[in-house]
Amino acid sequence: MRIVVGQGSCGIAAGASKVSEAFEREIESRNAPVKLELTGCCGTCYLEPVVDIYDDNNEKRTYVMVTPEMAGEIIDVELHGKAPVESSRISDEDLEAQEKQKKVALQNAGHINPEDIDEYIEKEGYKAIERCLKEMTPAEVIEEIKVSGLRGRGGAGFPTWFKWNAAYQQQSTPKYMVCNADEGDPGAFMDRSILEGDPHGVIEGMMIGGYAMGANEGVFYVRAEYPLAIKRLEIAIEQARERGILGKNIMGSGFDFDLWIKAGAGAFVCGEETALIASLEGERGMPRLKPPFPAQKGFWQQPTNINNVETLANVPWIFRNGGAAFAAMGTEKSKGTKVFALAGKTKKGGLVEIPMGLTLREVIYDIGGGILDDKEFKAVQMGGPSGGCIPAQLLDTPVDYESITKTGAIMGSGGMVVMDETTCMVGMARFFLDFTRKESCGKCIHCRMGTKRMLEILTRITEGEGKEGDIELLEELCERVKEGSLCALGGTAPNPVLTTLKYFRDEYEAHIYEQKCPAHQCTQLLTYTVSETACVGCGICKKNCPTDAISGENKEVHVIHQDLCIKCGKCKTVCPFKAIDVE
Amino acid sequence: MQCCGGNGPQAPDQTISGADLSLLEPVLDQYKGKPGSLITILQKAQDIYGYLPIDVLDHISEETGIKAPDVYGVATFYTQFRLEPIGKYLIMLCMGTACHVNGAGPVYDAICDELKILDGETTEDGLFTLNNVACLGCCSLSPVMMINGETHAKLTPDSTRKILRELRKYDKEQAGKEA
Repeated sequence: MRIVVGQGSCGIAAGASKVSEAFEREIESRNAPVKLELTGCCGTCYLEPVVDIYDDNNEKRTYVMVTPEMAGEIIDVELHGKAPVESSRISDEDLEAQEKQKKVALQNAGHINPEDIDEYIEKEGYKAIERCLKEMTPAEVIEEIKVSGLRGRGGAGFPTWFKWNAAYQQQSTPKYMVCNADEGDPGAFMDRSILEGDPHGVIEGMMIGGYAMGANEGVFYVRAEYPLAIKRLEIAIEQARERGILGKNIMGSGFDFDLWIKAGAGAFVCGEETALIASLEGERGMPRLKPPFPAQKGFWQQPTNINNVETLANVPWIFRNGGAAFAAMGTEKSKGTKVFALAGKTKKGGLVEIPMGLTLREVIYDIGGGILDDKEFKAVQMGGPSGGCIPAQLLDTPVDYESITKTGAIMGSGGMVVMDETTCMVGMARFFLDFTRKESCGKCIHCRMGTKRMLEILTRITEGEGKEGDIELLEELCERVKEGSLCALGGTAPNPVLTTLKYFRDEYEAHIYEQKCPAHQCTQLLTYTVSETACVGCGICKKNCPTDAISGENKEVHVIHQDLCIKCGKCKTVCPFKAIDVE
Repeated sequence: MQCCGGNGPQAPDQTISGADLSLLEPVLDQYKGKPGSLITILQKAQDIYGYLPIDVLDHISEETGIKAPDVYGVATFYTQFRLEPIGKYLIMLCMGTACHVNGAGPVYDAICDELKILDGETTEDGLFTLNNVACLGCCSLSPVMMINGETHAKLTPDSTRKILRELRKYDKEQAGKEA
C-alpha cells in the first residue's frame, strides 16, 4: 500500500506537511507495510490537505481535508479493511467536477512524485524529446507545433511555432531558450503548481524548444516568491543531468543542452519579454522598444525565445500524442486546453484545466460549484491587472482567446477570480490600479503618472469625494495611458477600469452622484443605523463601539450618532439580533 | 516601485550597519567575474544580513566594478530587496485578487491598528514588520498571511488580532525563560 500526500504550496499552507509527518509517525509505530510518498497539487485546493491511498492493486481512494489526528485511523481502516471513514472521503460531486476537465499540462501534477525522475519516466517521460532527437529535424518539430495550433499560455496567445521558427531562422549563435516562470498576476498560480507538481514535464518542453531553435542553453526565470518551485526544479535538473538527459550529446544525438535557474526579485513588469531579459542580465527590469525582437536580439544580444511555463508543459504531450490530437481539442482558433486558477467567491477554488471553448458558466458553476453561500454572481475577473471584469449577462461566453478579448477582458495567464454581489466594482478597479501604479517601472510618463492619477480619482470616488466629470476624465486617461506606454503593462493597465465602466457604470454613478456603494463595501459611503424593530436594547453594540457613538438605555432601542461613527462595522459584527442596518 | 531619486539610500557611512563584510567574500568570489550576476549577489547578501545595509551595497559596487548608482538602482527597483532591517516576525500579508475579494482590506486595517504600523514599517520594539505582498498563491485559503514562513488562512480582523497578540505573548514568555 502507498500513501501519497499532496504537497504543493497550497497543500502545505493548509497543513499537508504536518499531515505527512503524522502518517510517518503512525506508520512507524504500527510498523505497517506502507510506503509514504509526496506529490504536487492535484488542483482541488478547496479540499486540501488531500491524501491518496493506493492499495496493492493500485486502486486509488482519496481522502480530503485530512488532519494529522486522522492519520492513524485512515491507516487502520485501509490496512484492516474496516469501514472507511466516509465523511473524509472525496464526494462523488467533487469527482464529477474533476471528470469534466481535461488534463494535458497538468497530466502528471498530483499523480507523480515531482522529486523522483523515475516516476516521470514511467509516465513516458522524456520519450517526446527522444522522438524529436531521433526521428525529427528541427524544422519538423516546429511543423508539428504548428499543426497542434499551440498558442502562448502567458496571456497574449501568440502562436508558439512562429516564435520558435523566428529563433530557428537566426544564424547567430549561441541562442537561448528561456522559460518565463515570473508569474506575477495576483490571483494566478497555475505555473507554480505545474513547476511544483511536474518539473520534468517543463524541462522536457524546454529541451524540445531548444532543439527546434538550435539553442544549447536554457534558463528558468522563476519568481523568488516560489521557493518550493525553485527547489523542485533544482532537484529535477540535477536528476536529469545524472541520467545524461541534460548535458552533452544527449541520447547519442549530438545535441547538447543544459539548464540553469535565475530567481527573479519581485517585479511584475519582468513578465514582459524585454524587461525579463534586462533582469536576466542583472539590471533593472525595464522594457525596451521592439524591434529588434528577442528572437533577433535577446539575452546578451543573441537570438532568444521566451515561453511561458504552461505553454512548455503542453509540448511533451503534443509529441507523445501528435499535434493533430492536440488540435482536435478546443475551438477553431484556440486549440487544446487551458489551466485556470479559480478563486474568489467560488465554492470549489483551485486549479482547473479545461478544453478551450467551454463557457464561463460551465467553468464557474459545473466545475467551480457555483457561488459561495449561494449569493448572486456579479462578475468574473480574467487576466489580472491587464484584464477585465466579465458580467453576468456574458456568462455564456466561450473560453477562447478571441471571445474573451471581445468582452474587453483578456484570456491572460489564467487567473479567474469570481465576484458576487458584495464586491464593489469601483473598488475592484481601484485595487488593480493600485497594483499597476506600484509595478509601473517608471520609464513611460503616461504609465508612471497616468496610473497614479487614475488611482487618485478612483480612490476619491470610493471615499465619497467623486466629482462630476470624473468618469469622463478616467476614460480620457485610459486612452492616453494605452497609447503612450511602451509595453503591455501600461498598454493594458486601463483594462480593469474600462471594463468596469463598460458593464458597471451605474455603480460608478451611484458612488459619485448618490454617495452610495451598492455592494456596501466602501466604508466612507456607509451609514449604520439601529433597526427599531429588531433591537432589544442589550447594549452589546454600545459596549463594543470604539468611539462611544452608540447611546441607549437598557432594554430600549439604541441610537448610533452619525457624527461620531467611524463606520468600522464592529456593532454589526457583535449584534446577536442582527439589528444593525447598513445603507 | 520606488524611483532611485526617491527614498533611496542616504550617503554611505561605514558605521551605519556594522555589517561584517567578510561574510560576503565567498559570494563575491563566486559571482564577481560573471556578467549579469548583480541580482543574484544582492539576493545572497540579503540572505546573509537580513537586509541590504548601505555599506554592503558600496562594498559590492567596489568589488564588482558595477557603479554604485547602478547597484542602488537595482536594489531599489525590485520589491524583494530591503534597505532597512526587519523585525523578528515578518508578516507577509497577501494582497492578491482573491484575498482582496475575500476581505484582505479589513485584515490590513486590523494589523495596522493593532501594531500601529503601516505597510513596509517595523514596530518600535523591533518585533513585527508588515509587508504587503502581491500573491502568496494560496487563493482558496484567502485571506492569507504568512508570518516567518507559517501560513495563517481564512483570516478575519478578529482572528488576525488574536494571532498577533498570541505571538507577542509567546515572545514575551520565551524572553522571560531566557532571562
